[in-house]
Amino acid sequence: MESKNYLKDISEIKNLMNKSSRFISLSGLSGILAGIYAIIGAATAYFLVKNSDRGYLILDGYIFKLCMLILALVAILSIVTGIILTTKKAKKQGAKIWDTSSKRLVSNFLIPLITGGTYILILLYQGKYGQTAALMLIFYGLALVNASKYSFGDIKYLGIIDIILGLVAATFPGYGFWLWVIGFGIMHIIYGALMHFKYDRV
Amino acid sequence: MSIINNINKAFDHRIRLGIMSILMVNEYADFKMLKELLEVTDGNLASHTKALEKVEYIKVEKQFIGRKPNTRYSTTKLGELEFKKHINALEKLINKQ
Repeated sequence: MESKNYLKDISEIKNLMNKSSRFISLSGLSGILAGIYAIIGAATAYFLVKNSDRGYLILDGYIFKLCMLILALVAILSIVTGIILTTKKAKKQGAKIWDTSSKRLVSNFLIPLITGGTYILILLYQGKYGQTAALMLIFYGLALVNASKYSFGDIKYLGIIDIILGLVAATFPGYGFWLWVIGFGIMHIIYGALMHFKYDRV
Repeated sequence: MSIINNINKAFDHRIRLGIMSILMVNEYADFKMLKELLEVTDGNLASHTKALEKVEYIKVEKQFIGRKPNTRYSTTKLGELEFKKHINALEKLINKQ
């Protein structure tokens, strides 16, 4: 009888430690959707470039501007979907969407991401775009690894996979596009599905 | 007998144990955060934080954020040590059964 109380104590301690330090209402479904957006965006960009007069991408054409626009759209759609579905999930769990744990998660995620994004823009401004896909994968991967301490620990492995894909893309820039599709499209769908079945269906 | 000795009376309450659990994994927590996580009233929480402060297991810092007073709590070295001892004792008791 005594030991039952102690067991309850231990599980309560674990529960509070998790609840107070990690934000666990992230929606897996939003990961799947982000992956789908990325693939649709990449496919659109691919056909735009292939059907253009040149058949490849240059920095100062209007096709390049269109591609940047598609990229921005994919990012915005993914973020908005993520916020909506995560808010919904948090409500269902009776958790707060904007508390200490989610603030910490967002700031730790954004620091590497904004650093990387700014660095890529600086490079593009200087006319160097060969490493863009690689740098996006690497910095996104680092952001995930950094954020994983404040949410589901599993996110770390997605981050590591993206970092590796990014380093491969840096070595073989010719495959950058396809590695980007794997990292941002396919991996998001696989990971989102795994997270969905593991955590969403409670 | 020695195991029983490590069960710390100061932690022998759900809320005090809860406060320590939260502070162990966070650099600090303010009053509002503790209150929301533990789902207790102001007075209840205040008396338990005071008890932990008295034995010097937690530190209390009062400051202002803008014009609002804000009280934040963190563990002391002693508190961390005692909490770890307490957990080990709990685990040993459970494993014994």
